[in-house]
Amino acid sequence: MINEIIEMFQNDFMIRALIGGILVSLCASLLGVSLVLKRYSMIGDGLSHVGFGALAVASAIGSAAPLQIAIPVVVAAAFFLLRLSENSKVKGDAAIALISTGALAIGITAASVTGLNTDINSYLFGSIIAMDSTDLIFCSVLSFIIIVLFVFFYNKIFAVTFDENFAKATGTKAGIYNMIIALLTALTIVVGMKMMGSMLISSLIIFPAVISMRLCSRFKTVIITSAIVSVLCFIIGLIVSYYYSAPTGASIVIVNLIVLVLAVIISRFRIRKGKI
Amino acid sequence: MEELIKCERLAFSYENADVIKDLSFTVCEGDYLCIVGENGSGKSTLTKGLLGLKAPDSGTITFGEGLKRNEIGYLPQQTPAQKDFPASVFEVVLSGRLNSRGLRPFYSKNDKMTAHDNIRKLGIEDLMRRSYRDLSGGQQQRVLLARALCAGRKLIFLDEPVTGLDPIVTEEMYRLIEELNKKDKITVVMVSHDIVSAVKYATHILHLNYEKSFFGTAEEYIKSPLGQYFFSDAV
Repeated sequence: MINEIIEMFQNDFMIRALIGGILVSLCASLLGVSLVLKRYSMIGDGLSHVGFGALAVASAIGSAAPLQIAIPVVVAAAFFLLRLSENSKVKGDAAIALISTGALAIGITAASVTGLNTDINSYLFGSIIAMDSTDLIFCSVLSFIIIVLFVFFYNKIFAVTFDENFAKATGTKAGIYNMIIALLTALTIVVGMKMMGSMLISSLIIFPAVISMRLCSRFKTVIITSAIVSVLCFIIGLIVSYYYSAPTGASIVIVNLIVLVLAVIISRFRIRKGKI
Repeated sequence: MEELIKCERLAFSYENADVIKDLSFTVCEGDYLCIVGENGSGKSTLTKGLLGLKAPDSGTITFGEGLKRNEIGYLPQQTPAQKDFPASVFEVVLSGRLNSRGLRPFYSKNDKMTAHDNIRKLGIEDLMRRSYRDLSGGQQQRVLLARALCAGRKLIFLDEPVTGLDPIVTEEMYRLIEELNKKDKITVVMVSHDIVSAVKYATHILHLNYEKSFFGTAEEYIKSPLGQYFFSDAV
């Protein structure tokens, strides 16, 4: 077993997938806690569909760097969705569903009209060989920026996540930090989309956060646990995906799902024993 | 007494309908002002105005020499999302120090000491390591009050602080606020539904009413037509 794993990572593409994936998992798990707590999980899901649409259209028109084209589109969508969710008068969740399915339809149509059918599967559900060396550099730089910004703004993100009204009333510009969270989420989604697949990238944001919130009771430990769970699930999922030639994104989601079930059982057990 | 907040001829409207018109009042250092009024009388609108979240249509809100906007502590109404939020009591209280940090990213030793002091002041030391989501409603309010004190030492703004608390905890909360006002000389501005307690504890009352609002001391309020009207019902 060990030998097989060592052998597995003698492939260059596996090393790239491993490094890139760990970075993306880290970013996604850090942001995920804030998004889930702010009830913004669906924004992540909506953005990934928009990302797919942008990526498919960019490839269809023959762009050399579809990822880079997708970034501004997804960032713009992130700000738009944030605005919708903040404004309670518009039905925010309905609007997100409209935008997701709309973007998906445009992407699928663009891809099939230009005959990209072979790639569709990997765009949607992720592929282990998706990450080439340019992608890896791009992904490393972006992840680095995301992690530094997150650490730098950690206390502000906590305050805005816990109580936006208080933060605003006492003079913190909550709107800016919401936009930072949305921007970082958009970047993470674009970067992770190729490997995880656009249907499944949002799971990387949501699963580790939900798992760690079940297990931990302090914000800092929730964040740290979320990061650890996310990276471990990614590594296991990647190995499983290689072993069974399964779509990478789907394998990682299944590993996360198993861990979530375990976490739910553990937390139930703890509540019954009376030490919450 | 130094004037901390002075409001002159304020008017607020909401979706083109006037909510508050021609409202003037002042809050001086050491005051305990209760803002009361029926639903829809503009309490939340005025709250937003005082906190700088909504600009008045006309009139002015002036802060006194000794009060900066980031020196106001605020106890907001709880949101549903907060009830199951995984954060320790200490993390929540410490976040009250954020407004004095500016762009500096991390809390100093001094910030942590202030958080500890306020936790002690409100008698919640034994909860410090507990998770906010596991606390009772009254304990959560104390935590948020400690956070408010971290944000502002001079003036705290409390938005219906006893909503959802049982009578005993409500009374404790009122005592605590009274103590902060009398002992620690913290100016209190409270929005409340509870007129009886407002008159009992507050030094000043602002009764919002579209036709004619009342502003004056608690004693004057009881004798005023608006106060009489309510007290003939309440007592």
